[in-house]
Amino acid sequence: MTEQNISADTLVRLSAAQLAEKLAAREVTAVEVTQACLDRIAAVDGKVNAFLHVNAEEALAVAAEVDAIRAAGGAEAEALHVLAGVPIAVKDLIVTVGQPTTAGSKILEGWHSPYDATVVERLRAAKMPILGKTNLDEFAMGSSTEHSAYGPTRNPWDLDRIPGGSGGGSAAAVAAFEAPLALGTDTGGSIRQPGAVTGTVGVKPTYGSVSRYGAIAMASSLDQIGPVTRTVLDSALLHQVIGGHDPRDSTSLPDPLADLVAAAKTGSVEGLRIGIIKELHGEGYQAGVENRFNDALELLKEAGAEIVEVSCPNFQYALGAYYLIMPSEASSNLAKFDGVRYGLRVLPEEGPMTIERVMGATRAAGFGDEVKRRIILGTYALSAGYYDAYYGSAQKVRTLVQRDFEAAFAQADVLISPTAPTTAFRLGEKLDDPLAMYLNDVATIPANLAGVPGLSLPGGLADEDGLPVGIQLLAPAREDARLYRVGAVLESLLEAKWGGPLLAQAPDLAAAETLETQEAK
Amino acid sequence: MSTDEILSFDEAMEKYDPVLGFEVHVELNTRTKMFSSAPNVFGDEPNTNVNEVDLGMPGVLPVVNRTAIESSIKIGLALNCKIAESCRFARKQYFYPDTPKNFQTSQYDEPIAYDGYLDVELEDGTVFRVEIERAHMEEDAGKLTHMGGATGRIHGADFSLVDYNRAGVPLVEIVTKPIEGAGSRAPELAKAYVAAVREIVKNLGVSDARMERGNVRCDANVSLRPHGRERFGIRSETKNVNSLRAVEHAVRYEIQRHAAVLDSGNPVVQETRHWHEDTRTTTSGRPKSDADDYRYFPEPDLVPVVASREWVEELRATLPEPPAERRKRLKADWGYSDLEFRDVVNAGVLDEIEETIAAGASASVARKWWMGEIVGRAKAADVDPGQLGVQPATVVELSRMVEAGKINNKMASQVLDGVLAGEGTPEEIVEKRGLAVVSDDGPLLEAIDAALAAQPDVAEKIRGGKVQAIGAIVGGVMKATRGQADAARVRELILEKLGVTV
Repeated sequence: MTEQNISADTLVRLSAAQLAEKLAAREVTAVEVTQACLDRIAAVDGKVNAFLHVNAEEALAVAAEVDAIRAAGGAEAEALHVLAGVPIAVKDLIVTVGQPTTAGSKILEGWHSPYDATVVERLRAAKMPILGKTNLDEFAMGSSTEHSAYGPTRNPWDLDRIPGGSGGGSAAAVAAFEAPLALGTDTGGSIRQPGAVTGTVGVKPTYGSVSRYGAIAMASSLDQIGPVTRTVLDSALLHQVIGGHDPRDSTSLPDPLADLVAAAKTGSVEGLRIGIIKELHGEGYQAGVENRFNDALELLKEAGAEIVEVSCPNFQYALGAYYLIMPSEASSNLAKFDGVRYGLRVLPEEGPMTIERVMGATRAAGFGDEVKRRIILGTYALSAGYYDAYYGSAQKVRTLVQRDFEAAFAQADVLISPTAPTTAFRLGEKLDDPLAMYLNDVATIPANLAGVPGLSLPGGLADEDGLPVGIQLLAPAREDARLYRVGAVLESLLEAKWGGPLLAQAPDLAAAETLETQEAK
Repeated sequence: MSTDEILSFDEAMEKYDPVLGFEVHVELNTRTKMFSSAPNVFGDEPNTNVNEVDLGMPGVLPVVNRTAIESSIKIGLALNCKIAESCRFARKQYFYPDTPKNFQTSQYDEPIAYDGYLDVELEDGTVFRVEIERAHMEEDAGKLTHMGGATGRIHGADFSLVDYNRAGVPLVEIVTKPIEGAGSRAPELAKAYVAAVREIVKNLGVSDARMERGNVRCDANVSLRPHGRERFGIRSETKNVNSLRAVEHAVRYEIQRHAAVLDSGNPVVQETRHWHEDTRTTTSGRPKSDADDYRYFPEPDLVPVVASREWVEELRATLPEPPAERRKRLKADWGYSDLEFRDVVNAGVLDEIEETIAAGASASVARKWWMGEIVGRAKAADVDPGQLGVQPATVVELSRMVEAGKINNKMASQVLDGVLAGEGTPEEIVEKRGLAVVSDDGPLLEAIDAALAAQPDVAEKIRGGKVQAIGAIVGGVMKATRGQADAARVRELILEKLGVTV
C-alpha cells in the first residue's frame, strides 16, 4: 500500500484523469485502483446489475504489470500510456478474447470471441485493465436495458428506474462508481441517452472516427463506439485511445485524430456560436428537462458564447426514417445468428431435422421479442415491392437530415438540445409500448443519421423528480474537438454552480433499495 | 429421375429459333480473398483457409481486395465494357449454410463493368459478336458436401459437411445479353463463347482458368421461340456446366428438350436444371422466378468502389494483346497454313514457338522442332509442352548445329534427349557423346573399304552402273561409324573409290 493510503471509496470516485495523475505520481497503484473497482462491483452490482461478466483476474494481472513497469522505471515506464492502469468496463456488444461476449442475447450465451475488437486491442495496448462486460438491451435494441436477456440494469439514482439504453450497463457502472470509464455503442442514442438519465458523460464520435471492427453490428451505417465517463475530459482521454484509422473497417476515416484532450482543456467558449435546434425542445419535453436546458444556455451566454436559433425542419421525419433504416440493416446483420457455426443451437422438438428448421428453432428460442420485432420490420422494409417506399424513402430523409445539419452548421459552430425528452422512466413503464420507447431517442437519432458527433453531459436534476437531465452538444462531422471544448466549459460552469459533480448528489447505493425489496419488508 | 422427351436437333432447328444467355463465374487468383486476408488457395484441408471474417463471426467487417478490383476492371476492359466511375456492393440475402453471413456480398444494380461485347470465332472462322450486359464482383460461397444420400444432392442426404475455404474467394460474374441469331450453331457458339472468356481471363493472368477446379463455371440459359417471333420463349438455366464440351452438349440437349415440350403444347417451366455428364442430360432443379426476393440493399459496411479514369487507363495500358488478335497476327507473320496453325494452337505451343522465333529460329524451324520433337516427348511425359523444360535458346542452338552440318537431325534429337536428361548444353553433349559428324575422310575411307570388301557383289553392281545399289554400302558405313558420318560425303567417296561418275 502507498503511504497516502487513499480510501477505496475515494479512489472509485476519482475521475480517470485524476487516477492517471495519482498513478503517474505513484500515489496509488493500478492494482489498488482496480481492486477498489472490483470491490465496488462486488458491493453494489447485485443491486445495479451493470455487469454481465467480471474479469477480475485478468484486470488485476494487467494492473500488476503496469505497477511493475512503473516500479522499474526507465524508458518503458516513461512510454506508458497516460491511462495505463486506469480500469475500464466494456459494453458486451464489443468482442473480447478471454471473456464471453453475449450482446445481451441468449443466442450468444457462452460464446467466446476468437478475436479482439480493434478498440479492445487499443485498450490492451494502453494497458488499461478491463473490469468486465456490461449489460445492454439485446443486440443494443432498446432505450432502457430492459430488453437484455440477462435481466435489466437499474439506475443508480433510483433503482426502480431505467438507466437508459441500450448501453444502460456502461452508464450505470460509471454512475455507480464501479468503473471510472466504459465503452458504449451508439446507433440512435445508446451512449448519450443512458448518459443523460444517469448523470454521466457519453460521446458518440463522428461516424468512422472509431473503428467498428469487433462491435457486433446492429445497423452498420449508424453504429459507432464511444466513451462513457463521468467527466468531459475523461471522454476526451478515452476517445484519444480508441479513435483513429483502422484498415479493418472500410468506413473508418483516414484522418488523423485531432487533439481532443487539448480541446477539452481550452477553457473558453468566447465568441462561439451555439445553435438551439428549434425542433428539439419545447413541446414533448418534460418541464424539468426544459428548465435545465435553459439554465445551460444562460451559463454559456454568460461565458461569452453567442446563442442563435436554428431550424432543422426535416428532423421531424428522422425517427421514422431511423426505424426503417436501422431494422433493415439489423435484419441483415443478425441473419448470421443461425446456430450453424457458433452460439446457441436449438433442434426442433418434432418433425424433420432440416437445416431450415434448425435455424428457425434456434432463432425462435435465441432472440427476444424486441429483436424479433425489428427483424420482421426490417425484412418487410427490404422486401421486393416495398423497398422504394420504405428503405428508399428513408434514405432520402437521411439526406435531408444531413442537409439540415449543413444549413444549421453554417449558422452555428455547435448545436445544443436536451439529450432526451424526459428523465429516467420507471422499469416496465414503456415495455409494452414500443412507440413510446422509441420516442426517447428523438433528439439523439438525427446525429446518427447524419454521422455527426454528439456529446451528452449532466445538466442538473429535474425539479419535479430530482432525476438527472442530459444536455446534448452536436458538432459537424470530424469536428469532435468542438464538443470537448464546449462540453468541458459547460461542465465546469455547472459544477461551480452545484458545488461539485452532479453524481455527488446521487443517493448512497449501500442504503438504496428497490420497491420490491421495500415491499418485501 | 424421369427422362424428358427430346426432339432431334435438326427437327428442333427446323421449328424453333434458340436464344442463349450465359452467366460465367470466374474465380480470381488473388493472393487473398475478396473481403478478408485469408489465403485464396484451392485444395487445402477443409476450413483451414478461413479467418473470423470468412466464418461470419460476430463483429467482423469486410474490406475490399484492391487486386480483385483491378482484375475485375481488366476483365471489363478485355470484354470491351464501360467501367463504372463509382459502384457499390450489395447484400443478396438468403439463408443457406454455405453462406456464413446468410447473405452474399455481391454487386446488384451497380456492376463495375457493363455494356461490352466479345467477338467469338467459330471453328470455320466465322466471327459472332456476343453482347456483354455486365461483369460484376462478388464472393464465392463455401462448399457443401452432402453425405449419405445416393445422389450427392441435399435431398436424401443424412448430413452435410461444409468447407468454408472457398467462402469469400473473389468472383467476377460475366453476364451476356440475350444472344439471338446463332441458329443451329448455338451449341458450337456456346462452347466457343465460354472458351473465349476462359482464354481471356487466362491471358490476363487474373484467373487460373481451370474449369475442372471450378475456376470458370458456366450457367447456360436457353429458350426457344418459333421462327419469326420476336418475343423470347421461357428459359431454363442449366447450372454449373463445367467443361467446354459439356457447355456445347448442355445447350444442344436443352434445345432438343425445349422443342419437345413446346411441340407437346405445354409451356416450358422456368427453372434451374442440373447437368449430368454421364447421361448428357439435364434434370429439373428448383423453380426459379424473376421475383425471387433476395432483399438486396447496398452493403453498408463498404464504401463505394471508385475507379478514377486515370486508374482505368493505367490498367488498360497493362492489358496484354487480346488472344484472337494475337493469333491473327502470328499466323500472318509466320506464314503457316490454316492446318499448320490450328495444330500449333491445339498443341498449346503458340507461346513457345513465338519465343523460339524471337530467340533466332525461323518460323518453319521453330514449328518443326516443337511439333516434331517436343510435343511428342511432352505427351509421353504427360505434361504440357511448355513445361517440359526445353528452352527456346536450346532449340535455336540445335538447329544452328544442324544447319552448320556439325550434327545431323538424328543426332540433334539425341542431343535434345541429353539436354532434357540434364547432361549439359548441346555443345557439351555433342562432345561428351562423341556425336560430331565425321568429316575426316581417313576413317571414312577405311570404313568404305571394309564395307566394299564385305559386299563385293554390290560393289560390282555399282561399278556396272547400278548406282542405286549404293544404299547398301552407305548403310554399312553408317553402321560402322555409329551414324556419325555425313551420308552425302560417304556416297561421294564410294563413287570416287569405285571410279563411277554420275
